[in-house]
Amino acid sequence: MRYSALQILKEGLTGNKGWIPAWREPEPKAEYDIVIVGGGGHGLATAYYLAKEFGVTNVAVVEKGWLGSGNIGRNTTIIRSNYLLEGNQPFYEFSLKLWEGLEQDFNYNAMVSQRGILNLIHSDPQRDAFVRRGNAMRLSGADAEILGPDEIRKMCPYLDYDNARFPIQGAIWQPRGGTVRHDAVAWGYARGADCRGVDILQNCEVIGFVMEKGSCHGVETAKGTIRAKKVAVCVAGSSSRVMEKAGMRLPIESHVLQAFVSEGLKPTIPGVITFGAGHFYVSQSDKGGLVFGGDIDGYNTYAQRGNLPVVEDVCEGGMAIMPMIGRARLLRMWGGVMDMSMDGSPFIDKTHIDGLYLNAGWCYGGFKATPASGFCYAHLLATDRPHETATAYRLDRFRRGAPIDEKGHGAQPNLH
Amino acid sequence: MIIDHPLLGPRDAAEFVVKGDASLIGRPDGMTASPEDMHDYMYLRDNTAGEHRELWYHEQGDRSWLVVTRNTLTHEVTKVELARDVARAQGRSR
Amino acid sequence: MTQVNRIEGGQIDRSNTLKFQWNERWLSGHPGDTLASALLANGVKLVGRSFKYHRPRGIFSAGSEEPNALVQLRKGAAQEPNTRATTVELFDGLYATSQNHRGSLEWDLMAANDLLAPFLSAGFYYKTFMWPKAFWEKLYEPFIRSSAGLGRLSGRPDPDIYDHGYLHCDLLIIGAGPAGLAAALAAGRAGARVILADEDFCMGGRLNSESYDVDGQSGANWAALAVTELHAMENVRCMTRTTVYGSYDHGIYGALERKADHLATSEGKPRQVLWRIYSQRALLTAGATERSIAFGNNDRPGVMLAGAVRTFVNRFGVAPGREVAILTNNEDGLRTAADLKAKGVQIRGVIDTRKGETIVDTTGRKALKSVTLNNGRKISADCLAVSGGWSPNVHLTCHHRGRPTWREDIAAFVPGGDLPPGMTVAGAAAGHLTLAATLADGHESGARISAELGHANAPGDTPSAEDEPFETTAFWHVKESKRRAWVDLQNDVTTKDVKQSHQEGFRSVEHLKRYTTLGMATDQGKTANILGLSIMAEASGKTIPETGTTIFRPPYNPVAIGAFAGRARGKDFRYFRLTPSHKWAEENGADFVETGMWLRAQWFKKPGEKGWRDSVDREAAQTRKSVGICDVTTLGKIDIQGRDAAAFLNRIYSNPFLKLPVGKVRYGLMLREDGIAYDDGTTARLSETHFVMTTTTANAVTVFRNMEFVRQCLWPDLDVHLISTTDGWAQFAVAGPNSRPLLQKVVDDLDLSNDAFPFMACTECTVFGGTPARLFRISFSGELAYEIAVPTRFGDSMIRGLMAAGEEFEVVPYGTEALGVMRIEKGHAAGNELNGQTSAQNLGLGGMVSKKKDAIGSKLSERDEMNRDDDLRLVGFRPKDRAALLTAGAHFLRRGDPEDMAHDQGWMTSVAYSPELGHSVGLGFLKRGSERIGETIRAYSPVRNQDILVEVCSPHHIDPEGERQRG
Repeated sequence: MRYSALQILKEGLTGNKGWIPAWREPEPKAEYDIVIVGGGGHGLATAYYLAKEFGVTNVAVVEKGWLGSGNIGRNTTIIRSNYLLEGNQPFYEFSLKLWEGLEQDFNYNAMVSQRGILNLIHSDPQRDAFVRRGNAMRLSGADAEILGPDEIRKMCPYLDYDNARFPIQGAIWQPRGGTVRHDAVAWGYARGADCRGVDILQNCEVIGFVMEKGSCHGVETAKGTIRAKKVAVCVAGSSSRVMEKAGMRLPIESHVLQAFVSEGLKPTIPGVITFGAGHFYVSQSDKGGLVFGGDIDGYNTYAQRGNLPVVEDVCEGGMAIMPMIGRARLLRMWGGVMDMSMDGSPFIDKTHIDGLYLNAGWCYGGFKATPASGFCYAHLLATDRPHETATAYRLDRFRRGAPIDEKGHGAQPNLH
Repeated sequence: MIIDHPLLGPRDAAEFVVKGDASLIGRPDGMTASPEDMHDYMYLRDNTAGEHRELWYHEQGDRSWLVVTRNTLTHEVTKVELARDVARAQGRSR
Repeated sequence: MTQVNRIEGGQIDRSNTLKFQWNERWLSGHPGDTLASALLANGVKLVGRSFKYHRPRGIFSAGSEEPNALVQLRKGAAQEPNTRATTVELFDGLYATSQNHRGSLEWDLMAANDLLAPFLSAGFYYKTFMWPKAFWEKLYEPFIRSSAGLGRLSGRPDPDIYDHGYLHCDLLIIGAGPAGLAAALAAGRAGARVILADEDFCMGGRLNSESYDVDGQSGANWAALAVTELHAMENVRCMTRTTVYGSYDHGIYGALERKADHLATSEGKPRQVLWRIYSQRALLTAGATERSIAFGNNDRPGVMLAGAVRTFVNRFGVAPGREVAILTNNEDGLRTAADLKAKGVQIRGVIDTRKGETIVDTTGRKALKSVTLNNGRKISADCLAVSGGWSPNVHLTCHHRGRPTWREDIAAFVPGGDLPPGMTVAGAAAGHLTLAATLADGHESGARISAELGHANAPGDTPSAEDEPFETTAFWHVKESKRRAWVDLQNDVTTKDVKQSHQEGFRSVEHLKRYTTLGMATDQGKTANILGLSIMAEASGKTIPETGTTIFRPPYNPVAIGAFAGRARGKDFRYFRLTPSHKWAEENGADFVETGMWLRAQWFKKPGEKGWRDSVDREAAQTRKSVGICDVTTLGKIDIQGRDAAAFLNRIYSNPFLKLPVGKVRYGLMLREDGIAYDDGTTARLSETHFVMTTTTANAVTVFRNMEFVRQCLWPDLDVHLISTTDGWAQFAVAGPNSRPLLQKVVDDLDLSNDAFPFMACTECTVFGGTPARLFRISFSGELAYEIAVPTRFGDSMIRGLMAAGEEFEVVPYGTEALGVMRIEKGHAAGNELNGQTSAQNLGLGGMVSKKKDAIGSKLSERDEMNRDDDLRLVGFRPKDRAALLTAGAHFLRRGDPEDMAHDQGWMTSVAYSPELGHSVGLGFLKRGSERIGETIRAYSPVRNQDILVEVCSPHHIDPEGERQRG
């Protein structure tokens, strides 16, 4: 069914009785060309692009819970391409371009909203670093501007300009940054993949890999064995646990990132704002909630919940830059488990095991990467060559001494 | 969270800085280790779902490094040791 | 208007009358009222508009579960959106307005949405607004956003203050209803340290709302006596107006106490206190929340939960209507009728679904007028009391991701087995829905937990009450109803939306929630979730427990962001560290800059200087010409002692340290274990077993932490001890050709001649006739220079003494800017170069890394990609046109190359105007940079609108041979 205003009109006039399921609930086949493990955003996007761009449709997405229950179901919905390093910038810019055409591409309104992202600057060294970054973005064809306090004041009059511990000295501004309705991304990809023949198997946990002569030939699941020519793991947050079943140790630790949403408020904050002297980023959803977050809790965990020190730290950051939000109430806080990698950058690569592929290590920046991650993973799966924007995301980069370390913190995952 | 410091008793986790897997105590000797050994030590992690031995540093306290055994699924802490004792027990000396 | 609906009884103080404003109209109420009860007393039925359809809405509940009656409280900067009228205590002068309407509350223009409802069903926005592409951001979304949200922020800083507090107890009891009070009495008498917290301003919970007796007296009286007894116990702390909002690890609970929300002004005292409660055990006695039934037009003002109707009648002395009908699926319906009758309110009918009766429709746009039964009978009523049964408040039991379990007999979820460690649940929260059972469970739990914690005094008797029956037959929605039937009142989710969600394949509970927005409003679906779940279960042909339940997350009720932030805002966001010369610097015109937590002088303005550059140029020039002084206390200082101190340092630094002679200083380069350059500084050997290290200001804390890691975890038997002395010593750089004669005047009996105290010498000494000091001949500026340290308490007198001694040399103080100018001129790396991404090779220091020893990071620094010939090297830059100014952050491109990432050659890290050279100078990383000295390339900075030609040169812009510092 094609979605359109006309369809809504038609259904509205006939009691909304004609809507059909957005996806099938198929039984697993015995074998597929490709089995994607993980029905989160990246897994569903991979399936979608495999079918749409590479013509590979004999594909199953195997999901432990409900589709979209990965970190696509709990994040702060920000998209941007304001990366610094050569290994990252083109990839995230590619992703942003895919976001820009996404709704028409998959006929689902995911509310990609490019209201801009403002990263505040509070010191001279920070300005130097952001100028370098902005120039790197411009060299990669992305958009970036450096703003002074007067320009920011016009845009956001409610920030603390006069009494701040770390005064606002400027900002780097990416007008094309913004937010997306995160669940709709999963649903749009799922629907687009499903209608092209991809089987999405919900409530179908992977228990192990089918290994023969050192190669991977499928997965053992709660619904039985499913054979595949290629198995593509895409389970950020659980990557170590799943790959351990294939005997692999990864350069990844699992950590919890908390996120927060306030009660619904009339629109105040136009785009995304990030604090440069503390951990706080915020946007306002189309329903009116302030959606905000900060740093990870810092300890290894698989529990999808965090603790109070970080909650307080994040709210302190919020009050430090926008003291008007003191009387807004925090409605809900939640925690998602992140694949924190050793350099803060992801992996899209073949493993040393034939037939087994890995997409992992997105730290807490995976949402914005969803389209490009899916596209590049699909490219790798379909052609066995990395996509040109994802050549750096190799598993052997630490052996070679080529980390992609945007923050410069080294092999300390809880600092990325 | 609360860490039951072996010398100082229960302390709020906010007094500590956490570094990660206690396997970081097992640093290979840089003169004899293979590049592969050093790579695995520095970059690979078991990332256990369950009982996890990890390093915490009492930065706002007595500056002890501790090895905390904590369940990464429930956050239950079952053991807290001085990292120095753990290191010695693993044969580390000078 | 008078209080037309005020009836006798209740716990309000009729001797006092409070005036308040509702939508600019003056009304009155009494102490003990909530805003909701006062509005009802005044006959106000319409209080708000729903989120999507802007339907007229009235007060639905009497507690924090309220979905409808959200108001904006107070005005000006104190304006507080989305405040539940049902939890606001009335105070004199209270000002509240309704929200989410265009035009007046009565005539809301946005109510047109209601007519379009067939086209605004679940998820409609995912299916349209896509064409033409550009219209989304220009037209559709701005329109959607303009109708988003409920209340409005003032846009001004929150004028109130918030505190944080910490409490410890044996037993935290959450909720002071019958179970909580019984438990607190038992535990308190047993001798346990108890905290009893309740979100209401009056303890007693449902005892205040019902007409039950306890121990032979009214429940409300019994509660008041219990509170009196508890107040008298020193081991019990009773906290009203305190919501325990979350359960965290290891028995830690978050609680919010509203200190001044019931007052006209907070008078400078904290508005709220955010408590962190450390408990051995916790007892959840949070009661239960009544739920609704979905039937046609069940959202009209006047449709109210039956328990709330009893609360208004019994506790507040307010009749929510004059003609009340009751719809129920349990015994509470009859109870409501009896209570209302006792107060003389007219009952228009009790419709009991267990008898096959139900309601299919209602009338009354802005206030309920009538209800229509399934048998076609129409009953006039201005209030309908609805009871769909009770849901235990299991929320906190799920905060560690435990799942509740279903109990068919009460048709409700009760706490599951996997509670947060240390938590017990009692009373209605545990599924005991009768008073006698609740009291007994609370008493028994309080006594048992106390005994388990070793408090063995007698807990007293179990409070007794008549064990009234509780019978319910699940009844969720009226299938024969043709009208829209609301499930989630605030977010306008109807039974049709839930069914459509199923129809479109959104069948898991999480999909239902996300697709329809069920339960995502400010009330988090407290009265709605179970209804939605039951309809989904029915559509799927599954049971409710098979369909599942969404996870409850903190906070139990929304908490002001300001409360979480506490005092950490404005200038108090983070503490300040001040240097020992701060006071002196203030007196001398310093302009300060935040450097991490430190405030440092960045320049000292002299009269007549127009901009900062004038001051900085003068300071740098005068230092190079004669002598300047800079406070460098902020550099990290670490005292290292022990027989193995040298061996230890030899493993910490990448360059050799074993053979550093006593009395000498050496520059050291630290790597991270991954081989990347980490920190640099100088380390002085004061004796065979005593070293003093300096680190960069930025890394002072983490370097010390890592050194302790190496000491305790890697080589635990080395005889070495560390202590951070950053705050213990005030340290000043004295730089310039006249630094030697100046310092010679200051030190006691110490020959500073080049032979006696050469470059990189160090010593302990005394100054100004006996003040202990340490002197190091080191130079960051490239000049003949020293750093002198004295115990911090002498820092202020030291700067004054140095300045006085330097008067004859026209000494200048210099700040961080001149410091930066001189280090860039000299080509020393600092934070912009040591950014955690660069190797020793990049910095041109590759030769320092010893391959003859095992030091932290040396092994991994040998990896191939970090040793490429075409890698980045730190070099210097100057503008081809000497009048041009360089920009940090510019990228380098070969002349003629296109501007893209593939042709990127590196970037400019640091720039300064060199007063000595008379032009701008820079440092930067350039591919193969050291082989390209003399080349002219582009420094391209589009974000600064700059694109200039620069010459590659040595990073040592001045004195490349180092003659000055050695002289």
